Amino acid sequence: MASEEREQPRARQRLRVMAGHLRRPGPGTGTEPATTTTAQPALSQCPALQPAAADGAPKATGSIPRRRQEILKWNGWGYRDSKFTFNKKGQGEFTGKRYRLSGMILPALKEWMEKSFGASLEHKTTPRTTPNLDLPLSILNEECLKDLKDLNIPFSQDPEDRLIRSHGHCLHEIFALREGKVERVPDVVIWPSCHSDVVKIVQLASKHNVCIIPFGGGTSVSDALVCPTDEKRTIVSLDTSQMNRIMWIDDKNLTAHVEAGITGQDLERQLSEYGYCTGHEPDSMEFSSLGGWVATRASGMKKNIYGNIEDLVVHIKMVTPRGVVEKSCQGPRMSTGPDIYHFIMGSEGTLGVVTEVTIKIRSLPEYQKYGSIVFPDFESGVACLREVARQRCAPASIRLMDNTQFQFGHALKPQVASIFTSFLDGLKKFYITKFKGFDPNELCVTTLLFEGTREKVLQQEKHVYDIAAKFGGLAAGEDNGQRGYMLTFVIAYIRDLGMDYYIIGESFETSVPWDRVLDLCRNVKEKLVKDCKEKGVQFLPLATCRVTQTYDAGACVYFYFAFNYRGISDPLSVFEQIEASAREEILENGGSLSHHHGVGKLRKRWLKESISDVGVGMLKSVKEYVDPNNIFGNRNLL
Amino acid sequence: MGHSLRLSIVRFFAFTLSKIFKMLFHKVHVNEEGIQKLQQAIQEYPVVVLPSHRSYIDFLMLSYIMYTYDLSLPVIAAGMDFMGMKIVGEMLRMSGAFFIRRSFGGDKLYWAVFSEYVKTILRNGDAPVEFFLEGTRSRTGKSLMPKLGLLNIAMEPFLMGEVFDMYLVPISISYERILEESLYAHELLGVPKPKESTSGLLKARKILSENFGSIHVYFGQPVSVRSLATGIVRRSHYNLLPRHIPRKPSEDVHRFLDAVGHKLVLLQQKNMVISPWVLMATVIIQNLPGLTLTELTRQTLWLRTIAEVFGASIDWPENVTPDKVIRSSLALRHNIVKTIKNQVVLCQEDTPAEFTVEMIFKRTVSVLMCASYRNQILHVFVRPALVAIAFQNTQSCKREDIFGCFSYLREVLSDEFVFLPGNLVKDFDEGLYLLMKSGAIHMSQADLHISEKGNTTISFLSVMFVPFLEGYQVIFKYPLHPEFADDFTEKSFIAAFRTYAAELILTGAIKYNEVLSTDMQKNALAALIRLGAVEKFKTAEGIICKVNKQTLGRVVDMLAPRIPVKNAAVARL
Repeated sequence: MASEEREQPRARQRLRVMAGHLRRPGPGTGTEPATTTTAQPALSQCPALQPAAADGAPKATGSIPRRRQEILKWNGWGYRDSKFTFNKKGQGEFTGKRYRLSGMILPALKEWMEKSFGASLEHKTTPRTTPNLDLPLSILNEECLKDLKDLNIPFSQDPEDRLIRSHGHCLHEIFALREGKVERVPDVVIWPSCHSDVVKIVQLASKHNVCIIPFGGGTSVSDALVCPTDEKRTIVSLDTSQMNRIMWIDDKNLTAHVEAGITGQDLERQLSEYGYCTGHEPDSMEFSSLGGWVATRASGMKKNIYGNIEDLVVHIKMVTPRGVVEKSCQGPRMSTGPDIYHFIMGSEGTLGVVTEVTIKIRSLPEYQKYGSIVFPDFESGVACLREVARQRCAPASIRLMDNTQFQFGHALKPQVASIFTSFLDGLKKFYITKFKGFDPNELCVTTLLFEGTREKVLQQEKHVYDIAAKFGGLAAGEDNGQRGYMLTFVIAYIRDLGMDYYIIGESFETSVPWDRVLDLCRNVKEKLVKDCKEKGVQFLPLATCRVTQTYDAGACVYFYFAFNYRGISDPLSVFEQIEASAREEILENGGSLSHHHGVGKLRKRWLKESISDVGVGMLKSVKEYVDPNNIFGNRNLL
Repeated sequence: MGHSLRLSIVRFFAFTLSKIFKMLFHKVHVNEEGIQKLQQAIQEYPVVVLPSHRSYIDFLMLSYIMYTYDLSLPVIAAGMDFMGMKIVGEMLRMSGAFFIRRSFGGDKLYWAVFSEYVKTILRNGDAPVEFFLEGTRSRTGKSLMPKLGLLNIAMEPFLMGEVFDMYLVPISISYERILEESLYAHELLGVPKPKESTSGLLKARKILSENFGSIHVYFGQPVSVRSLATGIVRRSHYNLLPRHIPRKPSEDVHRFLDAVGHKLVLLQQKNMVISPWVLMATVIIQNLPGLTLTELTRQTLWLRTIAEVFGASIDWPENVTPDKVIRSSLALRHNIVKTIKNQVVLCQEDTPAEFTVEMIFKRTVSVLMCASYRNQILHVFVRPALVAIAFQNTQSCKREDIFGCFSYLREVLSDEFVFLPGNLVKDFDEGLYLLMKSGAIHMSQADLHISEKGNTTISFLSVMFVPFLEGYQVIFKYPLHPEFADDFTEKSFIAAFRTYAAELILTGAIKYNEVLSTDMQKNALAALIRLGAVEKFKTAEGIICKVNKQTLGRVVDMLAPRIPVKNAAVARL
């Protein structure tokens, strides 16, 4: 308590400074230096189609432009300038300037790829270099087109725009892009810039019986963005990326009201200017949007301190064909029947478009510290995490990687600069493997991230390390921890490299009670390996997992699965079969259908089994009422 | 409960056993490729070894063989009886056996501790777990219906996802001559089983001077539980209860266990090795009171070819004249049969005429001993034989008619012989296929006909099963008898029936003494309960049975003329 009180004036002061910075260009702000509600100007009315916000109001500073393809890849993950390649010397390299790893040489990468997958640099695939824009014609009748034009909201029928919004990031989606296979794509892309725009669009869609598929960050890994191939109506892709403003910040209640199209990184960056953060950091936060998080029940890395999306959200506004749904107050908890927000969270774009969200914010943490622990084996690692969860002393993030992932982490170690560091590394390795007797093929690593006040962090750090020691864990330094977290952002890029060398892969996740964590991890990995063998995969696959979240009653487990498909005629269907049987194995081992990726269309077939017939019926009846004409017809979930 | 493995004790056992086995048995055959497969299986996943159970020797022999081949010694779940044996009980424990009570009654704690114990051994994968699917030694030489309690415990680590997979290894142990043969025959006639005791064991040492022929131990192909369960069991049923809480298997798991149990018993049967004496016993028992040596030889050789066509593996000595084989087999069985004036007869056959109840029991001992060897081959013949009987009963060439009769017979006899549940059509097809393969039946257009030479086969096969069909009939009719009390227990039924049947035999009304076997009586009673002719009630004094006379009447009718519905002509059985 005491520390919090001390912290408040400090934060307020910081805020004042930053507010001052921001206010400079804006004309309409009051002269009061510290209003309790720091508002950006010109928020209430929608500046639809204002020519680049010429009135000088701070125009939306979203990092994603309408033409996303200008900065993002059309055929893979992330920024165009950032990717893994092998240079002329055959050394791995990560290009660009955006990440800590950018521009670094990764000497161990090649050997790791050869060893883990039997891949070789000589066997390279030849994907398309430009997108296949030979798309089916845009379905859009004259009348509808005319009404659309009348709305005065920017839209596009450009093939590239349409193609780019026809997919998420499932393996088969990226694979198809690289091969140039195109099925159904949206007919129109539209960029509303505020809530009332969305209302108009949905009204228009209802009038003309048009199908709307909301598009946020496009990072879905559940086939949620795939257009149903048999959809005969016009499909409008409603891209929320231009609805990206923070409407107001309320520092009395520590909430911020934000448009749902904002990406995670923009939200955090802009909040940080006021001295705040949401603390919601899913691995996709660079690109994924607030509305997307709400629609899929997202989970962030630091949920131990800040909570998952359902804990963070205070108020939601959603536009449905029936009208706008929201609550009338911002009370922190209500007993007003089943929580209607829980129909919205996880609705995956089947009910409407989330337009505005009030989200909790916190002061930026005073102190952050990374850490890592080495365990002799996965079992003791899990036991330690369980104990940490039992004592409820989990730091902001605690993750346990298995041995394979630990070795993968090593493969991405950049070239060391000095002899001294390499000597130190050697010494560390010697200590752990020889002196402590850890088997390098068994040991695994936990990465930690502490946040809070300095004293609290140090206290918590000691507590966690003490618990770890009981399970045979050894502290392994801040650097390893930090690299571990950096890798989570970079790792998404590696699949694109793999696909250049006949390696296809995917990640999938689940949540499972504590007592089944070990069994589930072992069984699923074994199932993946077995299935690959049965299906004629000629090389041992990569089947690896990490425990990424701890809860009171269980944990979230994240799997990576990849294999070298040389010699297989139909790698995608083999992959899909194996992934499906792994999912079945997860369900049979007491795991959930999904922890945070969502159901989409990819996992639809197991939903009934997961939530019972009646459960499905309940969801159906909501859909029936809210959207009787199936305007939001992406056919996710049900 | 609990085993405490001590290598010194194991070595001591191994030493003495090797001595004893050498004295008792001529040879022990082991399939080494099966042992290699077992070894591989042990390295991969937890293993449950499931030997057939014909003798006390079974588990000693198996441990001995696994010790000899350097495999990890199995931990054996054996009946409590052994624990009563002084010193020896302790020693068995130290060689890896642990003891369980025969019945748990309502003792939930015992069950929980016991199942946790077994599961821990399996989960840790230190040693294979061994138990007997049949639950007890088969007294009749036929396989018993699998008991599912232990199987459920053993499979739970897989069903609950604690292990990725496990292997079930069926092991078939075939004895040329079973140590307990006369004991079994007496037990079947109601003489209670003697208590296992160390002094008893010492007394039994006189059998050491006898020759018990050779033993075949066949290690079957390990069966992956995962492959059995895939698509059949939904393991997610186990998600909603903490895994340490004992629970009854759900209906579909129960069905699965039942199918697995049956399947493994069938696998045990498949790999049983059949000795020449079994063929001879089959011939002898069909030709009581006796037949000539030459006739015996002729028929045995004929049966051998048929059995081989039907897929039996017969351990017929090579490079020896058939005559010699027959004679040496007869010599080994001097306690069951003897040769008088070139006539092969049962031992008790020499005092004719004077029939008393006591005499009948004495004679039945010999019959049952002989039958117990014949029973060892019945699993080879049961499907084609039931088709053959159906053929004769229906006097029809229509496949559907024959199938109808077959399915009824199979239903009635499904406690007597092991059939895979839900496998009716395949069983019929297999039986028919084998008959066609042996040339007994041929198909012209859609009709089936008995070929000319097929008559011998058909009638031989049906006669082989007559003791069962006749026996069942007598047992089924008994409750219709006016003196029969309405309420009864299994015990009282068997005791009363025994006197009734003995008299019938005395008067010559029935010829087949096997009906005196309590095993058959129990199975027939179980069949009546299954067919709904007898109903079970739980009362304070235990389980009481009640006859449903109407249903029983129908059941008897169905079986009695052995002709379903229309064709009332009496069959020639």
